[in-house]
Formats: sequence, C-alpha cells, structure tokens
Amino acid sequence: MRLAGAILTLVIGAPVLLGAALTLATGFGWQPGLGRVALGWEGFTEALAAPGILTSLRLTLVTGLGAALMSLAASIPLARWLVTRQSASRWLTPLLAVPHAALAIGLAFLIAPSGWAARLISPWATGWELPPQIVTVGDPWGLSLILGLMLKEVPFLTLMTLVAAAQRPVAAQMAAGRALGYAPGRVWVRIVWPQLYPALRLPVLIVLAFSLSVVDMALILGPSNPPTLAVRILRLYGAPDPAQAVPASALAVILLVVMGASAALWMVGERAVARLGKALIRIGQRGASRRNWSGAGLIGAGGTLALGSLGALILWSLASFWRFPDALPADLTLKRWASADWAGPALTSLTLALVSTALALILAMLWLESEDRSGKRLPLGALIVLPLLLPQIGFLQGLTTGFLWLGLPPGVVAVTWAELLFVFPYVMIALAGPWRALDPAHLASAASLGAGPTRRLLRIKLPMLLGPICAAAAIGVAVSVAQYLAVLLPGAGRVQALATEAVALASGADRRLAAILALMQAALPWVGFALALAVPAWWHRNRRGLRGGVA
Amino acid sequence: MRNLLAAPVLAASFALPLASPAFADWAQTEAEAKGQTVYFNAWGGDPRTNAFIDWVSDQMQEKYGVTVEQVKLSDTAEAVSRVQAEKAAGKDEGGAVDLIWINGPNFLAMKEAGLLHGPFVSDLPNAKYLDLSEGSAATTDFTVPTEGYESPWRLAKFAFAYDAERVSDPPKDMAGLLDWAKAHPGRFTHPNPSNFMGASFLKQALVELAPDPAALAQPVTDEAYAKETAPLWAWYDALRPLMRREGKSFPENESVQAQLLADGEVDFAMFFDPAAPAAMIEQGVLPPSVRVWVPEGGTIGNISYVAIPYNAAHQAGAELVANFLLDPATQAHMQDIRVLGSFSVLDPAKLDADAKQAFADLPTAPALPTLDDLGPTLPEPHPSWMTKLTEDWAQRYTK
Repeated sequence: MRLAGAILTLVIGAPVLLGAALTLATGFGWQPGLGRVALGWEGFTEALAAPGILTSLRLTLVTGLGAALMSLAASIPLARWLVTRQSASRWLTPLLAVPHAALAIGLAFLIAPSGWAARLISPWATGWELPPQIVTVGDPWGLSLILGLMLKEVPFLTLMTLVAAAQRPVAAQMAAGRALGYAPGRVWVRIVWPQLYPALRLPVLIVLAFSLSVVDMALILGPSNPPTLAVRILRLYGAPDPAQAVPASALAVILLVVMGASAALWMVGERAVARLGKALIRIGQRGASRRNWSGAGLIGAGGTLALGSLGALILWSLASFWRFPDALPADLTLKRWASADWAGPALTSLTLALVSTALALILAMLWLESEDRSGKRLPLGALIVLPLLLPQIGFLQGLTTGFLWLGLPPGVVAVTWAELLFVFPYVMIALAGPWRALDPAHLASAASLGAGPTRRLLRIKLPMLLGPICAAAAIGVAVSVAQYLAVLLPGAGRVQALATEAVALASGADRRLAAILALMQAALPWVGFALALAVPAWWHRNRRGLRGGVA
Repeated sequence: MRNLLAAPVLAASFALPLASPAFADWAQTEAEAKGQTVYFNAWGGDPRTNAFIDWVSDQMQEKYGVTVEQVKLSDTAEAVSRVQAEKAAGKDEGGAVDLIWINGPNFLAMKEAGLLHGPFVSDLPNAKYLDLSEGSAATTDFTVPTEGYESPWRLAKFAFAYDAERVSDPPKDMAGLLDWAKAHPGRFTHPNPSNFMGASFLKQALVELAPDPAALAQPVTDEAYAKETAPLWAWYDALRPLMRREGKSFPENESVQAQLLADGEVDFAMFFDPAAPAAMIEQGVLPPSVRVWVPEGGTIGNISYVAIPYNAAHQAGAELVANFLLDPATQAHMQDIRVLGSFSVLDPAKLDADAKQAFADLPTAPALPTLDDLGPTLPEPHPSWMTKLTEDWAQRYTK
C-alpha cells in the first residue's frame, strides 16, 4: 500500500510538481545555469509590456471560456437526444479518438476562404473565381479555434453526461415530467440535467483548463498576431535568447492565474445559474410540446464539420494539384503516400503509445489492487487531476530542464515519461469504475476455494476485466497519440511523432504531406479502439456473460 | 605574416598528404566519426531540403559509416535555445545538437555567447573550393565575419514569385509594389516579420528605401535607425491597409504564403531561394504558371551555413558532414532543380574541369531564373538592424 503510493507519487506527481516549481522559479528570474539567482518581478513586467499582450489575454479568455461554455451548452440537447438512442451514441467514440491536431488541420482545410467548403459552392453559387476576402481560419476573435475545440469537447462532455445519466432513473423522471405536462426538452434541462451536473463538474473544469491552455489547435486555427497566451509562451521559450525563458515562465504563471480565476468565475456562474434555474422551476411554465430537434440538428452540423474535415484530409492526401475553385482535385494519386516519410513518425507514435499505455495500465492496476488488498482508498486524487488542470506549457518546459538536471537527456525516455503524466489519469479514470464495480461475490467464491490474492487477481479479476482493460488501453493510446507539447518539449526535436510532424507540416508548403500525417495520427487511435472491441470479443467468444464488456 | 608562413607548409602538405598534420588530423576525424549519429538541426518546412538531407544521410552512411538524423525545426531559434538550455543546465558535453543550419542573428547570438565549436572551416579538405579571402561572401554572414565558426553550404537570395496567369504587370520595385496594391487591394501580403522571411521582406524594402544604404552595414544606432527607416514606415503605412485582411493578420512563414498563392488567396509569394518556385512547381505545390520577379535594383542575399555547437556529442561526424556538403559533386547535385535547385557556394574559379562540367550539365526549367535575371546581390544589413526592425514592427502593428 505504502509502496504503491510512493511509486505513484514519484512517477506521476513528482515530475508535475518539479516542472511547475522550476517554471515558477524561472518566472521570478532564477536561472542558475546563466549565473542568475536573484529573484524579482522583472519577468512579469517584461511579459506584460510585450506588444499586444492584452489582446492575447482577451483571446485566451474568449476562446477558453467560450469553448467550454458553448461545448457544455451544445452537449445538453445532444445528450438528451442521444440518451434514448444508445446505438447513435456509439458514434461519439470515433470522434473522441481523433487527435486535436489532426482535426484542426482538416477543419482548416475545410473552412479556409479557399477551403473545400468554398470550393464546393464556387463559382456556380457564389460567383467566386478567386477565394473571397473573408476571414475564417486565424480570425482575430478566435472563433475558428472555438469551433475546433467544440468539435472535440462536445462529444467528450456529451459522453460524460450519458455516463452520468446511466446511473440515474432518467426514463422514469422524463416520464413523470411529461405526465405533469412539461415539454420533454424542459424536463431534461430543468430536472434531469441539473442532477447530472455534479458528475460533469470535473470534466467541465478539465475542458476549461484545456481550452485556455491549448497549443496545437491554437497554432493551426487561432490568430497569430498576436496569438493566445499559450502560443505566446511557446514562442518565447523558442526564442534564441535564453533570458526569454524568464518572461516565458512568468507568462506561464500568469496563464495559471488566468486559469484559476476562470475556474473560480465558472463556479460563481454555476451558483447563479442554479439560483436562476430554481426560480424558473418554481414558475412552473410547461413550455410548448413541440418536437425537440436541436439535438439532431447539432449532430448534423457537428457530423458534417467533422466528416468534412476528414474528407478534406483524405482528398488533399491524394491530390496531385487542386486549383481553386475546383470542387475536387484534378486527379487522385498515391504518389505522395509512396514518397512521404510517414512510417517513421507513425512507428514512433505507436511505440510511445504502447509503452506509455502499458506503464499507465500497470500503475493503475497497482493502485487499484493495492486498494483492494488494504481495503482503503489511496488519497492520491490530485495525481489524476493535477496534470489535466495545470497548463501543459506551464510545467513541461520546466520538466525538460528538470530531466536534464537529473541526467535524463531529451529523447524517447523523457517523452514517454511526459506522456505518461497525461495517459495515466485517463487510463485510471477509465479502469477505476469497472474495477471497483466488479462483483465481490466472484472473489469471495475464489477465496473460499483457497485462492490467494495473487491468484484471485490473475485468474478472476484480470480475465473478467479484460474488456474494460482493453477499453482503458485504447483510451490511453488515443491520449498518447494526441500529445503535442509532451513530445515537442521533452523530445527536444529528437523525437518525431505524428503530432509534432503534423503540426510542423501544417505550416509548411505542401498541404498533402500535412494531410497524410494528420490522417495517420487520426488512424492510430481508431486501430486501438477497433482492437479494444475485437480482442475481448475473441477472447470471450465462448463466455457469453463476459461479452460486450467494453465501456 | 602567418599566412606567408602557412603557404609553403600548405604546399608541402599537398606533396606529402599523409605526412601533413592537418591531413593526419582529418584521417583521425574520419576514424572518430565512424559509427556516429549526427543530429542535424535544420528547418524542416521544406520537403525538398528534407529529402536532400536524407540523401546526404545515405551518402554519409555509404562513404563514412556516419548516420545523419535531421531534427526538423520550425524555427532555427529552437536549436539555439536548446544549446543555451544545455549550457544553463551545465551540460558542457554530449549535447543534443550536433550540427545546425544557421545564419544571421542566430549565428551572432551563438558566437557571442561562446556556444560554437571551432574555428573548424579551414580544417575541412573541401574548403579549398571556397573563396575564403577576408570579406568574401563565404566568410561574411549578415556583415558578421564567420571566422571559421560556420561552414557555407547553400546560397540564398530574396525573390518574389507570382502567378503569370493572374498577374500581367508585376511591379518593378518596392515603390511600385504600393501602386500595384492600390490597384489590387487585398491581394498582397508578406509573412509575419517575427519569421525570418517576413523580416527579410522588410529588410529588402529598407535596403531599397533607405536614404543612405551604406549606413545599414554598421551596427544600428537610434539616430541612424530613425533616419534610415522613416521612408520605409511611410511606405509601409500606406501599403498595409491594402494588404490581405487589411494587414492585420499575416501568414506564419513563406510556406504558408506559398500555399496562399497556390490557392489564389494572394498574388505573390516570396522566397529566399530563387529556385524555390521552380522546385515547388515540380512538386505540384505551385501551379506551372508561377514565375519569379526581382526588384530592378537587385535583392539582398546571403549564404546559409552549418555550425557545430561547443558541446555537440558528435563533433567529428558533424565536421565530416560539413565537409561533404562542400564537395563539388554534392554542390552540383544540390543545384540540380530536380533535387533542390539551390545555387552553389563554391568559387567557380577554384573548380577543376570535371566539376565545372557537372554544373554546366544541370537541367533548366521555365520558372528557374538564370543568375543574370536575378540582378545584383545587395549586402544584408548588420543583424542588429533586423532585430530592431522586427521589434519596432511588432510595437507598431501588434495591437
């Protein structure tokens, strides 16, 4: 028990704290390698004096809070529509599995003034022989970035809502509300959903933290002059002058404060909304009983954008040359697939994903099993949420420096460790529920037959939990493949994974290469999820009671 | 005086190569390099350059048993800050960066901070094909003497590209560009000046518009800056509202701008490599109707170098790569438009007949300008100008 706690703290907690502490210290001017150990506020004043800093701050707040708020708002009718349509909700997983960078690249190809969407309707409907002079990707308000974030976050929050709904008598409450004459949409919004919200609070805060500090999507879809705070920090860390690490780190601290303030603001907003909601319920207005179609409409809009993005990626990866306003490329060829170097980065991403996921599974099982054996919960919840709530850019650069001090050079090991910090929480969350829900009667029977704890683990728990373990592994792979900063910073350019290559090529000249890398990045998690479905089904092909175990 | 003494020694070493300490050293370098993996940190935004470095890797493997691994940077500054971070962490040997494609301010920053290995260029056997006389192009990087701390490998020169199907009247100079933009609002842009290419655009305009271009060769002073840049900002303030998105947002780099040209979102792209448009047509990135134009008075140009960090883990291997890049066969291969199309840095006067023929046999392309088309090469301003120019631009236009 103690050993498990110590291992988990050392492997997951210590790096995050070390990285955050080093960033904080650097922000106050502590650069012992350059002979600077006096602390001061100069980094902060310098960071705040940079041109356009207020615009960056506004952008960060608008995109971060906007994406979280609108994603949550969209997930409410969507979850209501899906709660009675279990088969349709299966489509959320493939969308969830698409890495942010890949989706952002596809979306940019779709909605740019010269993007596929404009090409499809030009010139016959618009008269555009040349791309219109409108502002889409990189717009100064960050609306494209919000849209990109929503495409990823709405499915996540919807799925979380459905998971929470599965544990409550939703159908009965809906029926009761309708029997009292309320429109179904109103029952959902005013009665059912507020009960689910407590289970959504942590996912929402994770979404908020992510949206405020995202880098890869902001590089591709966000404005660049000035960019969001997170992108600004990355640029400062990349500046040739090492003294720039001080304002960069100071800005990372400021970003953390902004995130804290936004979370506080959010929680104040929750209370206000709750009061308003109660008042509305007391009024008791029934609402018209018209059919609620906004769920279906949202699915249609989101699905069109997501499929359009993927379609644009596929077409560009096969295009020989594609002139505006042609709706389709002049001809399709596999030449680029044959000549581009996508196999190397794909292999790197696959290796990183397999190793970090395997380690995360081992750690999660170590945690859960040692809880089972001691009968007590490990008080380590912070290990799960800390890496997800802190800005990645705020501790990964510090961590890279910390790794160097500890004699761990930039490379595959450092990247694997950094990825583990993000893979572990999701694997743990995915595995903990089914593990703790395992019927203890099976274990009691085994124990009464003389099976010791190790045998019970190997012969009962692991085989019975194969489905959830595979599902957790698939989530781990998806999280790993999506990591951008965790490869870029601790890899110091030596590790070329699909995420870093795709983002780099997104600002290169050849769109077809970016499309190929993005498609590969999207494909790896799908393979993972397909295997997570297939492996338990095959393994349990003669165990009917264990089939369909994928959460 | 030292040169006078060195000459006979050099002559003797040609007669008796194995007895010469320099060549014995080189044999030792070759032996040391065998089996090393050289991490070549090079901007990775150009697939053709990446493919060329892959080819270099194959050749190095075959000839010397050295593996070259390209670390694809989105900005050279990343590699510089990496070396600085290593120095900050006290890592004085076994560093992650072995070789950097570098020039200008990045070189100056590393040289001034003592982060470079060398001088090593004169140790390279193929340095004999270079014009290394004092003040020559191959020894001056943005007015800063290289002093043997970086080795040249490709020639760079500013050039615009346009689609001849859409633009029939390309301007003649930067002043003419403003008139063109007035006639075609929203159809011109330039990369963000925080990027090298965007800064180069401002520098090209500065060199053309400055009242006294000679002042630009000196380190910048506030007084000189105010005087020399006044016409530039007047011109730019008139041009900016006529640019794409009213000059409020800019493509990140030259590659993104090339995409915009291919998509028809703008009518011009710009490169620091006059062969780039021809190469991109060959790749299918730009339409075949794209052509090159340069301002009549000539454009700024410089040489790209490779440098080795002081703490590089594989210095011997890195020197071998620098030497291989200067091999006439390598340079001719590089200048081939089907490969890279970059102009060679070697001094034609120092090449033997075979090497000269190899260059003469290279193929041509409609979008590939000849050296004559490109006009004179204007000297780069001192790097301090570029730093101040881009900072000033950010202050003025980042709101």
